[in-house]
Amino acid sequence: MSDTAVVANTGLAKFIFGRLTLESFPYHEPILVATFAMVALGGIVLLAALTYFKLWGYLWKEWFTSVDHKKIGIMYMVLGIVMLLRGFADAIMMRAQQAMAFNGSDGFLPAHHYDQVFTAHGVIMIFFVAMPLVTGLMNYIVPLQIGARDVSFPFLNNFSFWMTTGGAILVMMSLFVGEFAKTGWLAYPPLSNLGYSPDVGVDYYIWALQVAGVGTTLSGINLIATIVKMRAPGMTMMKMPIFTWTSLCTNVLIVASFPILTAVLALLSLDRYVGTNFFTNDLGGNPMMYVNLIWIWGHPEVYILILPLFGVFSEVTSTFSGKKLFGYTSMVYATLVITILSYLVWLHHFFTMGSGASVNSFFGITTMIISIPTGAKIFNWLFTMYRGRIRFELPMMWTIAFMLTFVIGGMTGVLLAVPPADFVLHNSLFLIAHFHNVIIGGVVFGIFAAINFWFPKAFGFKLDQFWGKVSFWGWVLGFYFAFMPLYVLGLMGVTRRLRTFDDPSLQIWFVIAAFGAVLIAIGIGAFLVQIAVSIWNREKLRDTTGDPWNGRTLEWATSSPPPDYNFAFTPVIHDNDSWWDMKRRGYTRPLEGFRPIHMPKNTGTGVILSILATAMGFALIWYMWWLAALSFVAIVGVAIFHTFNYNRDFHIPLEDVIRTEGERTKLLAVQAAS
Amino acid sequence: MSADAHAAHGHGHDDHGHDDGRDHGSFKSYMTGFVLSVILTAIPFWLVMTGAIENKNWTIAIVVAFAVVQIVVHMVYFLHMNTTSDAGWTMMALIFTIIIVVIALSGSLWVMYHLNVNMMPVHDMRNMP
Repeated sequence: MSDTAVVANTGLAKFIFGRLTLESFPYHEPILVATFAMVALGGIVLLAALTYFKLWGYLWKEWFTSVDHKKIGIMYMVLGIVMLLRGFADAIMMRAQQAMAFNGSDGFLPAHHYDQVFTAHGVIMIFFVAMPLVTGLMNYIVPLQIGARDVSFPFLNNFSFWMTTGGAILVMMSLFVGEFAKTGWLAYPPLSNLGYSPDVGVDYYIWALQVAGVGTTLSGINLIATIVKMRAPGMTMMKMPIFTWTSLCTNVLIVASFPILTAVLALLSLDRYVGTNFFTNDLGGNPMMYVNLIWIWGHPEVYILILPLFGVFSEVTSTFSGKKLFGYTSMVYATLVITILSYLVWLHHFFTMGSGASVNSFFGITTMIISIPTGAKIFNWLFTMYRGRIRFELPMMWTIAFMLTFVIGGMTGVLLAVPPADFVLHNSLFLIAHFHNVIIGGVVFGIFAAINFWFPKAFGFKLDQFWGKVSFWGWVLGFYFAFMPLYVLGLMGVTRRLRTFDDPSLQIWFVIAAFGAVLIAIGIGAFLVQIAVSIWNREKLRDTTGDPWNGRTLEWATSSPPPDYNFAFTPVIHDNDSWWDMKRRGYTRPLEGFRPIHMPKNTGTGVILSILATAMGFALIWYMWWLAALSFVAIVGVAIFHTFNYNRDFHIPLEDVIRTEGERTKLLAVQAAS
Repeated sequence: MSADAHAAHGHGHDDHGHDDGRDHGSFKSYMTGFVLSVILTAIPFWLVMTGAIENKNWTIAIVVAFAVVQIVVHMVYFLHMNTTSDAGWTMMALIFTIIIVVIALSGSLWVMYHLNVNMMPVHDMRNMP
């Protein structure tokens, strides 16, 4: 909403619509109108296609209401990839703006729009791209790796997914209804207080994160319970696959840190809604407390994102080197040490805020210490590859790119951990380059390694090699072109979040960075083409064995895609590369003695609760108090009503189990004969 | 309930009520917990309402101490936590929680104290000539 919005609601209209007026819709912003036209057109085509092909019933019955961890995992991945497109659109707009805005040019983004773009980019990439992708991965793989049939609380899992989606929907709504926060991705007060941000932007931020946060916390609890309680017999803690270990640590971090984020945002909303003074400048409030608290959540958050991917790289390295992971025990302890240490470093995000030398040196040293277990992991991967028969398939290529890139990011990180150096580099583009270096080089490369690795498991066919390589080189080269210039600019003292520049000698670096962003766009495009081409050629890429990479862990023991119940018989574990061990000992699939399998039933309650929670968030953002109260009562009502639903499980009939397993036997026989 | 037993069960919802090795408490333990928490609540109220101790800081310290004991009582008698339940997992979770809470609280106090001490001195303009 720009300065033109002066019309306020009165009387009945105010009661019904709160502060939502016609002026809240950005019809006077050509960029947004054009975007809206595109989105609306795309949306109409999509909805029409779904209706035409009669897919609504299928989607609702087989996917939206599903409590199957595999389907929920895939839905998380789809959400993450869709939001990646939105977050990347923001990125490319910023790169274009900064490459243009020299020599008196204002670029193409007005200030209030540019500020929303960089805020939305950060929020979306962390909360609605990285988090769903990581959670989706854990959801899909962990139960399969530990030999379980689902997670501990299947309904809760569905509910968590829809709450995350609800948060994403609120962020997307802010594009066309009102505006998003203009505060930067962590919404520091006093800027985010009502006095300086009176519009709905910060409220969108708060409620989107609160709604999504419920989902994240609950899925963390769910996965901890799953890993602790539902491992196959014989799988002791030190026989768990390394990806399951890193997932366990990540979920422990989620459960311990997300409540802090929830509390901080709740305090900020109290400041904004009822006029308390937790983070104001006067009346005893202290904005520095907000920064302190949000980073107590924020630093563990970056390890929440990276740890599962460390697990992915471990699985990929050992599979494609054909060797046991080097130093399994040290890998586990390194992960545990990182879990604890990640709580001891948060102040390095605000060295310059004015703590004394003792505080800064304490947190500087802990930050340097945390690079030791991370370095140990790099050596473990290198020694796993050493004298291995390395197959340079796509997942392995992403892993190598990760190792090279992440080491650079790690070293600039240690550099930033030195408080005096940080005083020079704080808030500069050097910092921006550093954290993109570790997040893209670690999390994004890891996600692509994981997608290329486990896609055949999830869908029954491998991904196309050629387009995978185009995507790989687009991303890797694009990353270096986009972010190495930012290191240079940062060292020259250019700060982050600038919209225009005075010094024309800087422009060339921004042009190079923009070129890098174009290469990344090619990488993203090629990834989508890769999926499309693979679906087109799925018969040629078909995996009938269930074990296309000669894998080592239990998920490769199932068919691709796995049956609804994952395992007809719960496997017994003797070794931490359990499937490798089973293959070595000449394991044969049991072909008879099946029994009906007890499974949880699908339910639409998760979708309904999430719609209500999203409506409540929207109502609170726009001050529509009646709707907020109504949806709150409805949420409580539906939740209570759901507890009386005793019809929540069923047995997969014996014939179905025998048929599914029989088909697999036939497939394997054909495979063996050819 | 051991992981093995559970995996053998599948993860059914029809296996409620079996013996899972957890302490579900007895009438006596619930009553003990209830009486203890009533006493632990009543004393701080009495301290604050009557002002039995002159020194305010001492009162605050004692109230906080009672609150901590109260937490322990709840964990033992109502949440049935002990060192052996769930094969030691609850104990481990508790230790981890305590570590995190101590880090977050003491760290915040330390950091905020430093930030406040190092603030630029406020120039009180009222006493200016």
